[in-house]
Amino acid sequence: MTYRWDWSVLVSEPYLGWLLTGLGWTLLVAGAAWVLALAVGVTVGVLRTLPNRAARTFGTAYVETFRNVPLLLQLFVWYFVLPELLPAPVGNWIKRDLPLPEYWTAVIGLGLFTAARVAEQTRAGIQAIGRGQAMAAAASGMTLAQSYRYILLPIAARNVLPPLTSEFLNVVKNSSLALTIGLLELTGQSRQIESATFHGIEAFTAATLTYVVLTTVVIVALRAVERLVAIPGLMARA
Amino acid sequence: MSDVDPDLIKAVAPFLWNGLLTSFGLLLLAMAGGGLLGTVLAVMRIAGPRPVAGLAAGYVNGLRSVPLIMVIFWFYLLVPLVIGRPIGAFTSALVAFVIFEAAYYAEIIRAGIQSVPKQQLAAALASGLGPLQAYRFVILPQAVRKMLPILLSQSIALFQDTSLVYVVGLHDFMTAVSVTANREGHLVGFYLFAVAVYFALCFVASQSIQLLNRQSVSP
Repeated sequence: MTYRWDWSVLVSEPYLGWLLTGLGWTLLVAGAAWVLALAVGVTVGVLRTLPNRAARTFGTAYVETFRNVPLLLQLFVWYFVLPELLPAPVGNWIKRDLPLPEYWTAVIGLGLFTAARVAEQTRAGIQAIGRGQAMAAAASGMTLAQSYRYILLPIAARNVLPPLTSEFLNVVKNSSLALTIGLLELTGQSRQIESATFHGIEAFTAATLTYVVLTTVVIVALRAVERLVAIPGLMARA
Repeated sequence: MSDVDPDLIKAVAPFLWNGLLTSFGLLLLAMAGGGLLGTVLAVMRIAGPRPVAGLAAGYVNGLRSVPLIMVIFWFYLLVPLVIGRPIGAFTSALVAFVIFEAAYYAEIIRAGIQSVPKQQLAAALASGLGPLQAYRFVILPQAVRKMLPILLSQSIALFQDTSLVYVVGLHDFMTAVSVTANREGHLVGFYLFAVAVYFALCFVASQSIQLLNRQSVSP
């Protein structure tokens, strides 16, 4: 088979616009899903370290549920199954009146899936501190909440920065799954250009390079944050 | 929830079962191929001269910054172009998984080998073992113990990722469920059934890994 090269397709309309729209959706999905993942994930992660048994069980159940089902299937459940299981007025509202249903489904599905992974990192980050700090906090008269607020979480936040960086990159990459429910983000748009023009190599190259640039920017930025917030003498870091 | 009648289950069971076999086939072949290529990449990075190590590092970092769906699309397009004739979705998906997973396996294997203290190698060499013997009898037994649980966890992630062949229409379990659900008009029942199957398989597998992890911790 021969392949006709034509790189100019990438800068001609409407295809350049498609790619930029796709990049926009990738950033919007990943950004919103990340906010949700952090909020839910840190909460669930803290629950798994609490002395309360019920809280720990709930946290474990959350993590096991969301980790053991493929993300693609989770998206389908949110998109196709949930509106059917909810009470009819709510389900109908989701199906008929919710603006941008693909977008919100992708954000919630990806966000709650990633939250399970964030929770595991948070738990590991807190447990890595060791019992001494928590005991010292309790001995100096802090309540449980205060010991988390002033001692454990500030240290844990620094512990989990490197693993959270790679989770954030996972969110950016996993946002590509939104194309399966019809939200054409960067990967979806490049596939669309392939179907429309048969210039798949050019379109995929453009999308791939965009992901590489995105990844590099995130890594460089978050390394800078790590250095900025490092506690001198506590964590040896080059 | 809608009731699914037994006749329907009997009618669709072989199709779904074949889908599950396709998923497992992809998993096992990608584990073997990805593990092999990953080991080569890890050794290149640890023991290779600078350009070779750099090449392996570039491969690993490059692949890890791209979504798997993108890689699946790439090889769905490229494999037929390269070999000059149309080829099934299974082969091109398998190539994509091997290439993609190798990058992840390579990092796990590299971290496992590097987690063994350097003095172990020095001591092995000093006691008269050759370099290959030192790796075979001293370094690798310790490294494998550390990386095995992580390699297996990665393989559970890989099993879940095989569902992404949905985007090229290969009939794995996920796609078979989706096709059936749409054809029969039972989205709720079939998707919840798929959730139960994936959860049961992955939960049992991950619990077994945790058990193995506890047993294999060096005293």
